[in-house]
Amino acid sequence: MMVGTFDTILAVGLNGKTYYIHWGWFQISAANLVVIVMMVLVFVLAIVVPFPGRRR
Amino acid sequence: MTTTERGAAKRSWTAGLRRAGMQALPPERLLPDEQPVYVASWVYVFGVLTIAALVIVIGSGVVLALKGPTWWHVSSVGLFFNSVHVWSVELFFFFMVVHLWAKFFMAAWRGRRALTWVTGAVSFVVSIGAAFTGYLSQQNFASQWIASQAKDGLNSVGIGAFFNVLDFGQMFTWHVVLLPLGIVVLVVAHVLLVRKHGVVPPLPIRSEPATQTTAPVPERDGR
Repeated sequence: MMVGTFDTILAVGLNGKTYYIHWGWFQISAANLVVIVMMVLVFVLAIVVPFPGRRR
Repeated sequence: MTTTERGAAKRSWTAGLRRAGMQALPPERLLPDEQPVYVASWVYVFGVLTIAALVIVIGSGVVLALKGPTWWHVSSVGLFFNSVHVWSVELFFFFMVVHLWAKFFMAAWRGRRALTWVTGAVSFVVSIGAAFTGYLSQQNFASQWIASQAKDGLNSVGIGAFFNVLDFGQMFTWHVVLLPLGIVVLVVAHVLLVRKHGVVPPLPIRSEPATQTTAPVPERDGR
């Protein structure tokens, strides 16, 4: 019952199986990899996307 | 007030502190209404985004501390605030890491800004401790698992007796009092140092002389 309530509030269930990605000796959870990729993406976008009003 | 009394007042520690404060951070530098043109870039917004996330973290944390573990585990509103707290922490670290990358790649310690860099780096380390003790304060199986795993590592470096991750009371106090206080003090110092020395400019292009590495913002002490 509590799990259902928790899932409803979060909108995304976090109680499922955790996925891991392996490259030889290197292992990382898919969730952590997604966050790192998003940070890199946001960092690159922050550099290349023009800031509004820059040319004023 | 006589001349002697006025002289004594000027030598008092409050007057000295006021003079030092006004010299280091005059009002127009403490609360500026304009910034150098290079600040008009998305890469410069992640510092303030980090602080915005920290405000949400502390606000939701205050509510959780007021109501307690039973409330945040059982009631719908409690679960909501628990989620707000954890996701704002996620955003806090997300923005802080991007801010760190941006400042690292523009060598933000240039122009006498070493202490600004250090306070930011130490804030990051203390924040990791705050997040860790937060995981230990959840009062669920995840926190028990994390504590039982962490105790071996901390014991191996000899601090387990002083910093006992199996002691909920100790970890909760670190999480809600000591570490947040440390973070707030460090962040305030960090922001005041940014105000004092100005926002770090981008690195000069290769054709420019290497000496142009300090901010073009005029500073009172000529630095």
